Amino acid sequence: MVVTEEDKIFAKNFNINDLPDVPAGLPPHLKVKQNRVVSKKDAPVDTANAIYSGSHVFSGVDNSVKLGNFYEDFKVDVISCTETDMEFDMIGIDAAFANAFRRILISEVPSMAIEKVLIANNTSLIIDEVLAHRMGLIPIAADPRLFEYLTENDVPNEKNTIVFKLHVECPKRQSRLQVLTKDLEWLPNGSEFLKETGGSTSTSTTKPKTYTSFSCSQDSLPEFADNPITPSYLDILIAKLSPGQEIELEAHAVKGIGKTHAKWSPVGTAWYRMLPEVVLLKEVVDENAERLVKVCPMNVFDIEDMGNGRKRATVAQPRNCTLCKECIRDNDLADLVELRSVKNHFIFKIESTGSLPPDVLFTEAVKILEDKCERVIADLS
Amino acid sequence: MEHGSFTNDSHASFTLAEEDHTLANAVRFMLNQDPRVTLAGYSIPHPSLECVNVRVQTTGDPAREVLKDACQELMLMNRHVRSVFDKAVSEFMVEYARLKAEKEKKKKAEEEELQKQRELLDSMDIESN
Ligand code: SF4
Repeated sequence: MVVTEEDKIFAKNFNINDLPDVPAGLPPHLKVKQNRVVSKKDAPVDTANAIYSGSHVFSGVDNSVKLGNFYEDFKVDVISCTETDMEFDMIGIDAAFANAFRRILISEVPSMAIEKVLIANNTSLIIDEVLAHRMGLIPIAADPRLFEYLTENDVPNEKNTIVFKLHVECPKRQSRLQVLTKDLEWLPNGSEFLKETGGSTSTSTTKPKTYTSFSCSQDSLPEFADNPITPSYLDILIAKLSPGQEIELEAHAVKGIGKTHAKWSPVGTAWYRMLPEVVLLKEVVDENAERLVKVCPMNVFDIEDMGNGRKRATVAQPRNCTLCKECIRDNDLADLVELRSVKNHFIFKIESTGSLPPDVLFTEAVKILEDKCERVIADLS
Repeated sequence: MEHGSFTNDSHASFTLAEEDHTLANAVRFMLNQDPRVTLAGYSIPHPSLECVNVRVQTTGDPAREVLKDACQELMLMNRHVRSVFDKAVSEFMVEYARLKAEKEKKKKAEEEELQKQRELLDSMDIESN
């Protein structure tokens, strides 16, 4: 056989992907593998994400995220948003991001929490340590961005400490008394407890020393002038007092992060799940359809009339699915239904403890991740 | 901190102090997406140590630059996430306020209607028999 010059040129420029009958992009079965986790009866499959840029190079597909694509594809859908709770959909992003945001929300977004409790008197049933611990866990409705961290060498001042006073006494010959967070009284001028100065050297002209050194009153600051600092909820039970018992203490709240102690976590929970996708592989009719509808506890399926007395199951509310796998327990149904999760669609929920609204918390979390990147870049250059 | 060799800067490990899975996993993702990278991974040497080791091997570019680019891109993506999120929230708030106003208007209208009917009923002096 003679190889002509033309053949050579053809061979040189030949690319199989240019042929008209070679499909472009990933074949459908791989596409499903790439984008969906499938919950099988015993275990989920295809859980891993192919994140390597060259993963699909033999299918002629570039797997790298280009910033351009991301800019076009990324979407956020807010489902609900109140002062304390928020649900939104994050679409077109990898789990690495969703998880980073979740981890930062829980352990790295700062908030204010009681760190020091100075107990002057406690004759209640609850011992001092436990009482102090309970105080620490009370969520405080104060914007942490207005405060600074109290470092080891700092003195507590109006920029880094919030002081609360608690003084309750249950009078004799009365019924038991509940001590609630509404009994906490904010002291904008700082601590009222005097420090022991050791000897009578202090003259009456110097201001007596307390446990904080505020240079001005916090309620003279514009941020707190009209909204005094309180706990997030005023009905949290701190202790119960019997007649004749008394608690007198001062609680100092400082800024911190959840990594140090969970009391500084600004969220009750922050969590996400992938969007469930329920697929009927074959038509599910009549008895099976009714069975399917009955078996699902979350009412995912619905029945549709096909006319002449026949019925067909439809997937009405896939979002409700909790992946409980009840519908694939029986073998015959397992062949009909496939439970998938969309790998890049996250249903994200944030419950704030009250220091900041959840949408602000999320933006703060993203900012913290940005700062981390910045720090690494600065370290490397 | 970088641990690499003087002769070949395309392979190196980096120790990031005071970081954990949060950043390392995201950075690993970004590195893997970069076509210049042949291998990227991270490990935490010990749970009580506050650091992660990130390993980067490239096809020839300096590993340090590639890691820097990954962080840079991660930062840009975060910025984009933030702007999209803020926009979505403000749109939601507007929509929410609108719906709420509409609902209240409807409720008010209904109440007025009811009131009118009641008045009408009162004014119609119906004789009971
Ligand atoms: S997994 Fe559970 S919730 Fe989801 S469709 Fe099946 S039965 Fe319903």
